[in-house]
Amino acid sequence: MKLHEYQSKELLRQRGLNVLASAVATSADEAREVAEKLAAEGATRFAVKAQVHAGGRGKGGGIKLADTPQQASEFAGAMLGNALITPQTGPQGVLVRQVLIEAGADIANELYLGLTIDRSARCPVVIASAEGGVEIEEVAARNPEAILKEPCVPGWGLRPFQAARLAYRLGLDGRVARRVAATIMKLARAYDELDAALVEINPLVIGPDGEVIVLDAKIVLDENALYRHADLAELRDSSEEDPLELEASEHSLSYVALDGTVGCMVNGAGLAMGTMDEISNAGGFPANFLDVGGGASVERVANAFRILMKGEQVKAVLINIFGGIVRGDRVAQGVIEALDTVEVKVPVVVRLQGTNAEEGREILRNSELEFMVAETLQEAARKAVDAAGGGSG
Amino acid sequence: MSILVDADTRVLVQGITGTEGSFHSRQCIEYGTRIVAGVTPGKGGTRFDDTVPVYDTVLDATRETEAEISLVFVPPRFAPDAVMEAADAGLRLVICITEGIPTLDMVAVVGYCNGRGTRLIGPNCPGVISPGKCKVGIMPGFVHQPGRVGVISRSGTLTYEAVDQLTRAGLGQTTCIGIGGDPVIGTTFRDCLELFAEDEQTEAVVLIGEIGGSGEEEAAEYIADDYALPVVCFIAGQTAPPGKRMGHAGAIIAGGKGTAAEKMKALQDAGAHVVASPSDIGAKALEVLSS
Repeated sequence: MKLHEYQSKELLRQRGLNVLASAVATSADEAREVAEKLAAEGATRFAVKAQVHAGGRGKGGGIKLADTPQQASEFAGAMLGNALITPQTGPQGVLVRQVLIEAGADIANELYLGLTIDRSARCPVVIASAEGGVEIEEVAARNPEAILKEPCVPGWGLRPFQAARLAYRLGLDGRVARRVAATIMKLARAYDELDAALVEINPLVIGPDGEVIVLDAKIVLDENALYRHADLAELRDSSEEDPLELEASEHSLSYVALDGTVGCMVNGAGLAMGTMDEISNAGGFPANFLDVGGGASVERVANAFRILMKGEQVKAVLINIFGGIVRGDRVAQGVIEALDTVEVKVPVVVRLQGTNAEEGREILRNSELEFMVAETLQEAARKAVDAAGGGSG
Repeated sequence: MSILVDADTRVLVQGITGTEGSFHSRQCIEYGTRIVAGVTPGKGGTRFDDTVPVYDTVLDATRETEAEISLVFVPPRFAPDAVMEAADAGLRLVICITEGIPTLDMVAVVGYCNGRGTRLIGPNCPGVISPGKCKVGIMPGFVHQPGRVGVISRSGTLTYEAVDQLTRAGLGQTTCIGIGGDPVIGTTFRDCLELFAEDEQTEAVVLIGEIGGSGEEEAAEYIADDYALPVVCFIAGQTAPPGKRMGHAGAIIAGGKGTAAEKMKALQDAGAHVVASPSDIGAKALEVLSS
């Protein structure tokens, strides 16, 4: 679950990290009030930052630096209610609903700090770089030596010597090195406490007087751990999520919207990805990823159809079920019952395999509904792509 | 032969009295698996289906029944503790089916198991089957057939699909291992490749990967170093967009890393036989073993 910058900063502030004074605004007037309040506290410049989940905000004009509260208000007014297009949003962009107004900072040096899971080491890892302020993937591609890592050993966590070692290897010394090492320790503790999948400070700024400031922060939480963090679960901003993906998750279906024309409904995540790949091999484009779960019950299949049919670009549907413990004849019955409750206006190709697959296919052939029945996945993909009008999408 | 489990393996099931646990325990018993004990705290002294003795603790169960491996069906909040209990009791192998365990819990659990010499498979996996001998998991037993190919996969139904193709091709399987779809798992592709290389009966390995992580790349590195068996690979998610989790918690292209294309290239360069279509897995295995 992704958090906004302002939420991430608040969580880090509560854990002793140095965050600048700021507040969220949802209108130009509110933005001016916030900036005036910051000015009264001594701020001379004001950062106006669009609060959207997509990255690359700076490149899309979602981060502006204002010299006066009036200018901050104007920047905020221009962002709010409009779409922000960044390299990560796609051409339609995302709607900006709130902006963060923050006191401007003087910058002497920018660093990168982050924690995530190192899947091959099977533990969290601290990632640090002296090249802050740019995307870490860019640094990794261009200059891998500039990326420093320290593992958080299971049962021990990050030790202070590791944080200090990172700080010195970043080229820091004296007071600043000690402060950055302390920041790293606090960030590692935050990662643990929050059950995070990612925490990132980019940039971590060193000011002219050696102060260490969290200038931008990003936190992604582990969905599976939210059951023990009721307070964090409330930070979810559903308006940032794809409405169909949200609806699917409410029905415990795993759905991801894509751009193509062939809707697919599959039991199991791996097979669902494999089905998408097969559609692409047949010259078409999948409209979505959708895992109806191992069981593929009537209710789940019906809900899945409802969600698929809301995708306007869907020109054909491919159902691919590998009947395992659940038998193919039951799945076929389920598909027919589900189609009784949902209107499906596009051709449907069904491919059943596994237990009682032949019986299942027979039930589908004999039903009054118009199915195209396929035996192999390849055949199913070809039929679905043809039915959707070929490879255009 | 087979790896990890065979006809003599004595299995205990943690969570045997739950809905999932009881259903799949019956399926395993029906397949011929020797389920010698169940563990459900508070239900010690009872019997599951009037036959399998149930114990309060894993230690009691292993002392009484000489169970050597555990199959875990415990819900995600309690599964980490259940796996640790099994490792603490000295079981050599724990297979955790549970989906939805927090990643940081698994970091601790994997560390704990490694420290005790217990191999963990999963979590979020279909389990392990040595066809005709022993099924320790939730896979449909009948699609499998004793044979010559070892199967390793991060997925469930896609594995059954591949297994079905191998069975139809007349090749059959020695052992099939679902290693799990989570970011942190106990046993990797590489570990399984190592085990299959030591098995006399396994003549080829089918490896089914997917986007996310670097397990396939690490497998490729291992294969490139003169791996003894031919390896047929399919990587799911060639059409998956970056930054989106595709069902499995671990199936995500993050920061441009973990794409299917990278994995396919790494495996191809390592000398593995990579197919682009999931429908071609069985045929490719047959071709490789016939040449």
